[in-house]
Amino acid sequence: MPRKQIHLAAHFPGVNNTTVWSDPASGSHIDFSSFQHFAETAERARFDFLFLAEGLRLREQGGEIYDLDVMGRPDTFTILAALAAVTDRLGLAGTINSTFNEPYEVARQFASLDHLSAGRAAWNVVTSWDAFTGENFRRGGFLPQEKRYSRAKEFLAAAFTLFDSWAPDAGIVADKETGEFWRPTGEFSIHTDQFAIDGRFPVPRSPQGRPVILQAGDSEEGREFAASGADAIFTRHGTLEAGQAFYADVKGRLAKYGRDPEDLKILPAATFVLGDTDAEAQERARHVRYQQVSPATAIKFLEQLWNRDLSDHDPDGPLPTVDPVVGENTISRGRASVRMYKDPIATANEWRALAEAKQLSTREVIIEVTGRQNFIGTPQRIAEALDEFVQADASDGFVLVPHVTPGGLDEFADTVVPLLQERGVFRTEYEGTTLREHLGLKPAPTTSGADF
Amino acid sequence: MDRLLPRHHHGLSRRPSLTIESHRSEHRTEQRAADMTLHLAVALEGTGWHPASWREPEARPTALFSADYWAGLVQEAERGLVDLVTFEDTFAVQSSRPFEPDDRTDQVRGRLDATLVAARVAPLTRHIGLVPTAVATHTEPFHFSKAVATLDYASRGRAGVRVRVSSRADEFALVGPHRPSPDLGTDDTRAELFAEAADWVEVIRRLWDSWEDDAEIRDAATGRFVDRDKLHYIDFAGPRFSVRGPSITPRPPQGQPLVAALAHREVAFELVGSSCDLGFVTPGSAADVAGIRAQIPGSPLVFGDVVVFLADTASEARERKARMDAHLGRELVSDAHVFVGTPVELADLVQEWHAAGLAGVRLRPGSVDHDLPQVTRGLVPELQRRGAFRTAYEADTLRGLLGLPRPTNRYAAV
Repeated sequence: MPRKQIHLAAHFPGVNNTTVWSDPASGSHIDFSSFQHFAETAERARFDFLFLAEGLRLREQGGEIYDLDVMGRPDTFTILAALAAVTDRLGLAGTINSTFNEPYEVARQFASLDHLSAGRAAWNVVTSWDAFTGENFRRGGFLPQEKRYSRAKEFLAAAFTLFDSWAPDAGIVADKETGEFWRPTGEFSIHTDQFAIDGRFPVPRSPQGRPVILQAGDSEEGREFAASGADAIFTRHGTLEAGQAFYADVKGRLAKYGRDPEDLKILPAATFVLGDTDAEAQERARHVRYQQVSPATAIKFLEQLWNRDLSDHDPDGPLPTVDPVVGENTISRGRASVRMYKDPIATANEWRALAEAKQLSTREVIIEVTGRQNFIGTPQRIAEALDEFVQADASDGFVLVPHVTPGGLDEFADTVVPLLQERGVFRTEYEGTTLREHLGLKPAPTTSGADF
Repeated sequence: MDRLLPRHHHGLSRRPSLTIESHRSEHRTEQRAADMTLHLAVALEGTGWHPASWREPEARPTALFSADYWAGLVQEAERGLVDLVTFEDTFAVQSSRPFEPDDRTDQVRGRLDATLVAARVAPLTRHIGLVPTAVATHTEPFHFSKAVATLDYASRGRAGVRVRVSSRADEFALVGPHRPSPDLGTDDTRAELFAEAADWVEVIRRLWDSWEDDAEIRDAATGRFVDRDKLHYIDFAGPRFSVRGPSITPRPPQGQPLVAALAHREVAFELVGSSCDLGFVTPGSAADVAGIRAQIPGSPLVFGDVVVFLADTASEARERKARMDAHLGRELVSDAHVFVGTPVELADLVQEWHAAGLAGVRLRPGSVDHDLPQVTRGLVPELQRRGAFRTAYEADTLRGLLGLPRPTNRYAAV
């Protein structure tokens, strides 16, 4: 059996503490030149796609704007359309949420992006969770938890109806002799629990038919949602065993939707730290962790679990002796991760046990428990580890998350990618022109309905 | 149509600049450097502004959905040192009727999102301003504020937005179910829609200022990336939307990208005066300019719109337009003045309108693949020969080209 081919995506460094802004190599997080550099590196290395996350309100902690992380993002559609001009084959993936948008407008934007990039658009569908973000939107407002997924499903189904409202090669005739420009098409009528829209879709069917659909989410609902119609799913399963379990579970759900295992790619997020020797890489990784968790950041993380003001706490001292405030997390807003702390007192006790066992300060505990460094070592070691991970069916590839803007991908592109290519598990040239082709996906269906 | 043309002999049309200056002296009420400079804009719409232009021999109707088409047009405009291009947009499929869709099959239908087209072109151009159309009544000001800011980053300071309202019932049916279509075409509704547009502009402007220019501090000593005292909630509350802010996008290179609107009547003149940096108006002749100008409060730049059909000889231009009119089945009707003639004759009109008090003109090419090169390779060299138009771009930003300063931030401490 031939070795599985690895798929690689490049995550533009996010607005969180994974991204190190204090490094001398760290450049602008908003200038177009940074995005262009990052995209050009990804394309030079023959990556499948570039990925942009989204957050529609600046985070707050303790009632104030959170000021310790990199901040500032471009508009997703606009920056991807601009990047389409400076790249030729690289897929362009944007995160667009279904709560603070209209399906007609989003479908028009994605169809336009797919035309303007000649078939390279991808959509990471997310839901937003709070009225906090909704304060920025006319249609924002609060959606109860159970309505968020139903809105996402209705939203995506509506968008698919719109994408498919022009049959392939139908519509534009442009016969100068007869004077017939088009045969009117694109009619739709969508009436669901949350939408009631009628009209004609104004964009002819785009090169990919629909953008590639990405989904992030580990919940039961999220897995089922992805299995039913997404083209790729992002995960956080960094270990081989956890990755294999997730892989088997999600791929196993495809058959009941009439889909094949290769119809859904599983792509865990992965960070990496390279070095000329393994020891050097480990030392660099340790340095990065201290950059990522400054003393001030350590206190903020502590507050997120403790759910109280700990601004006077010494980051180099032991963990607080008081217990976390149990109940609704009110200290941090606009941040998904605080919901992970289901039993704060139990978690605090785990952290205390860890501090006791390893003799760690508060900051060192935070460094230890928030660490998400997956691949550390020489280019050779990392290439082997990535390959092994994919061949062992723990994933189909990775979404790489560099920690420096904009050059954080350069070293990987220059040293690891050639080794993957030597191993015969990563393309040396793009074979197709569309993202769907890069990912080895079948052409999009031309009729909506069954998918969601 | 011919009666509307200035029909000067070539020799006579090269008026001494003294005449222009003496005209100008009557309009000295608003003195600023920008007033002296003639500005040119080109309005891009499909294959051109004549509904039958897609049938012209040079027209490329099947290329309308490709990036290369738009990039090529904007690069041509940039070759002509044009100040800016606007990109038309509607929320729904185009219609020949003002308040409802039509069922015509003989005109261009379907289009790409104008903001994304502009963004796609931005990295491929260097100097020209990029002004996509936004439909204020059906879009989120928070999204559009960051979209135009991002266009400003991607173009390194050349972004603007032309704001319009929707007056079509079928456009109201594309979003919702929250919002029934108002009784369109009435004065009350028009006033309400324009008031919403003014609120929309107010929100996008506040959001552009919601980050002070020096908010990013990267202070390693305290671990702070930003100085949060330089980020501002905008706390806008209006009847249609409330927006808290700040933006997620830092203040764009121009500080305030250009805001423009097309105006034919009072409520729109009000929007131009109160909310915009630039207004497009539709005088029938130079004699109308002063009257229109007087209805616009404040001192925004004002350009006159002209639909242009150009050729090396006036008779050829008339033949071209006549052929398109024949395909249309009637003579073209436009909200703007329709000019048919040579680039030299158009130069006369442009200078006449400029002298009458307009900062410039926005040219709507009748058939873009023919009439845009006529502008860039005919009109522009003629104006340059008369010393009336730039011979090189003199600024790197759109505001700079228009002689507008980079505004101070409304939230910055004085």
